[in-house]
Amino acid sequence: MEHYISLLLKAIFIENMALAFFLGMCTFLAISKKIEAATGLGIAVVVVLTLTVPVNNLIYNNILRDGALAWAGLPDVDLSFLGLITYIGVIAAIVQIMEMILDKYIPALYSALGVFLPLITVNCAIMGAALFMVERDYTFSESVVYGFGAGVGWALAIIALAGIREKLKYSDVPEGLRGLGITFITVGLMSLGFMSFSGISL
Amino acid sequence: MAEVTAKQVLFEPIFSNNPIGLQILGICSALAVTTSMNVTIVMCLSVIAVTAFANLAVSLVRTQIPGSIRIIVQMTIIASLVIVVDQILKAYAYEISKQLSVFVGLIITNCIVMGRAEGFAMKNGPWLSFLDGIGNGMGYSIMLLFVAFFRELLGAGSLFGVTLLTPVNEGGWYITNGLLLLPPSAFFIIGLAIWGLRTWMPEQVEEEDYKMSRHTHKEAF
Repeated sequence: MEHYISLLLKAIFIENMALAFFLGMCTFLAISKKIEAATGLGIAVVVVLTLTVPVNNLIYNNILRDGALAWAGLPDVDLSFLGLITYIGVIAAIVQIMEMILDKYIPALYSALGVFLPLITVNCAIMGAALFMVERDYTFSESVVYGFGAGVGWALAIIALAGIREKLKYSDVPEGLRGLGITFITVGLMSLGFMSFSGISL
Repeated sequence: MAEVTAKQVLFEPIFSNNPIGLQILGICSALAVTTSMNVTIVMCLSVIAVTAFANLAVSLVRTQIPGSIRIIVQMTIIASLVIVVDQILKAYAYEISKQLSVFVGLIITNCIVMGRAEGFAMKNGPWLSFLDGIGNGMGYSIMLLFVAFFRELLGAGSLFGVTLLTPVNEGGWYITNGLLLLPPSAFFIIGLAIWGLRTWMPEQVEEEDYKMSRHTHKEAF
């Protein structure tokens, strides 16, 4: 149990997707002007990550990994080179399915999250989490925890940035820095703050 | 789009329409791979190759793709190209491919590739699209090399792994700035680079969200 809590904390704070690995930066910078929008996107990312990382983990361990096809009588087959195209396919499919399910059964949530779902397919945080999961050889239950933690970390970062930017728009920023420039500097400072978590472990 | 010349398509993205500085595309992988020049150059070449060939391929099949599934078709083309790049790197530059770790795979979700395929290659011929891919790849590379130059020079005192400023702990005089090897510095350098670029080209400056009113009253003292 302790191992999982430690993994969760590590995924949320120490190895924060956005601030330590720069993943999902495009949407991170583009959708962080308003807190409501940022919250919606953050929740959508948490849900998608919690689903896709474990699914990709199952596919990797049972089909793609070197020798994983032994149950089908093919112990010498190594399909790991198909990894990238599989993960992106799985992510795109899950996002699409989620969109349809939400539209049918929870229309209120759909109208809140709807616009963000297509954006998520090309969000590198989702793909990055899948690749990190493979690289670090997580087991299935670890991958559930990791997916959830990575999502929460990303959501936390984007909501915090949106909060700062809402205040920042009343400040008098030098002309060339206005907009994108000052946002970069802000994210840099946030990332510096998050670095103080490094070294914490349970 | 009106008549565009090949030269414009190739050179415009480098400074006046830089994918990172202006279009906010492809920042995701831009920051993490810039701690040393060697790694950065490999990353840049990979991105240029993928963007150029993805544009070419998408542009060749653009009239055959049904509108509703175009995203998934583009995604498949891009993913296949990235797999090729990944395998080549693993075969010929294994050390660097280890350092790049997941970021080669992340070229798939790099918005530059997707953005140019959707925004340019779907509307233009193969030759122009190919050039547009190279141009945007170069715009991305210039920004990355700029960041990597400062991070490696000031953070480790070397360029391309060759020591230029001998660090103190190796008996030299240069006190290395460790901050530049850590993630936050990449944000600061890009932020400052954008500032520089926009001071040079003022038409890129963004509108103010909120206009501050002038001081109308004299202070009471």
